[in-house]
Amino acid sequence: MEFLRPTTWAEALAAKADQPEAVPIQGGTDVMVEINFDVHRPPALLDLNQVGELATWSREGDTYRVGAGLPYVTIIEELGGVLPGLAQASRTVGSPQIRNRGTVGGNLGAASPAGDSHPPLLAAGAVVEVESRARGVRMIPAHEFYLGVKRSALEPDELIRAVRVEAARGPQYFSKVGTRNAMVIAVCSFSVALHPGERRVGTGIGSAAPTPRRALEAEEFLAGELDWDARLDSAVLKRFGELCSRAASPIDDVRGTADYRRHAIAVMARRTLTWAWNDYRKVRAA
Amino acid sequence: MRVSFTVNGRDESVDDVWAGESLLYVLRERVGLPGSKNACEQGECGSCTVYLDGTPVCSCLVAAGQAEGRQVRTVEGLADGDRLDPVQEAFVECGAVQCGFCTPGLIVQAHDLIERVPDPSDAEIREALAGNLCRCTGYEKILDAVRLAASRKAVTP
Repeated sequence: MEFLRPTTWAEALAAKADQPEAVPIQGGTDVMVEINFDVHRPPALLDLNQVGELATWSREGDTYRVGAGLPYVTIIEELGGVLPGLAQASRTVGSPQIRNRGTVGGNLGAASPAGDSHPPLLAAGAVVEVESRARGVRMIPAHEFYLGVKRSALEPDELIRAVRVEAARGPQYFSKVGTRNAMVIAVCSFSVALHPGERRVGTGIGSAAPTPRRALEAEEFLAGELDWDARLDSAVLKRFGELCSRAASPIDDVRGTADYRRHAIAVMARRTLTWAWNDYRKVRAA
Repeated sequence: MRVSFTVNGRDESVDDVWAGESLLYVLRERVGLPGSKNACEQGECGSCTVYLDGTPVCSCLVAAGQAEGRQVRTVEGLADGDRLDPVQEAFVECGAVQCGFCTPGLIVQAHDLIERVPDPSDAEIREALAGNLCRCTGYEKILDAVRLAASRKAVTP
């Protein structure tokens, strides 16, 4: 096994182009587990820790560009106000030690249906910025990024450079079911983001389908039925939960049954929408 | 490959490191610092916690090559000669140690907590130690030790 250590982004792209089978490594919180347990023995590791720009974030107008190597702890400490959904999800990742090393870029690269950052990225309408030496930059909307269990739209010669997320214009919430408050891989998870300007609600379902996915029918239903000047109607709320549950296609596994996941998605959908709606009404009243 | 880094203030250079090797393995098997413990190898237990450039991490999840040129501080690097660090002293005094396997990781993690948060609440202590598993103590004595170490640090910073 080779260990590749590029120090610039151009070098990293060149290394990936020359050795597409090299596995990129940032915090190592997924990649090293697979190596320690001999699940995966890639011909090369491509260490991106020395490409300093990846561990930074910047602002371009209303959009925040989160570097693929920015650890969760920095998202929590520095971006909680503008990207509340992603920051909430980041707080539920692993333990402090894992949040010190783990990155959204790694979460996207692994493309596990249970990854915590996916639902808020979907709900917020994030865009994944990927790049290759041969074809340059591609912008992939989060909802087109996840293709299957641990499969993404990333080509073998591409690297994830950043994820672009618009600053929240309305309340956002993330909810996750697990057996304790830390060190939990989601049994299932759910994220909601209100976009009051467009009178639209974004959703993201985690760990209840082969990929993270939006509940599209539920979003369309709210776009038609939600009265943005009134209290949340209980029939609308109930229907929203049902439609979110229906958007999931979960399996039975060691963490939970499909039935339980379908039930929990409906509960989390109703709860997160209620929390978001209460915040929205409070802000409007104030 | 060769990996060169600083451990507890001392420069180390290690040859013939396999690319998939963890920092934990290098520390324990090549540098002769077995204080950091190898238990789960998947970041679940926190027994291998060390400082990497001042940030606590699970050393089992750091590829050895990622430590190149960086500063590592292990549990062995906390005491000043024979004088234990206040966190270590508090663990001894409170009986926060039973089998001892989780202790090095807990001490590094608690050390970081009270460096950052001088007077941590119980909720903050629990949150900080959420990634360090102890199967013996039931955690009560560990919480006592962290409170004691924090209170002493507050008196003599």
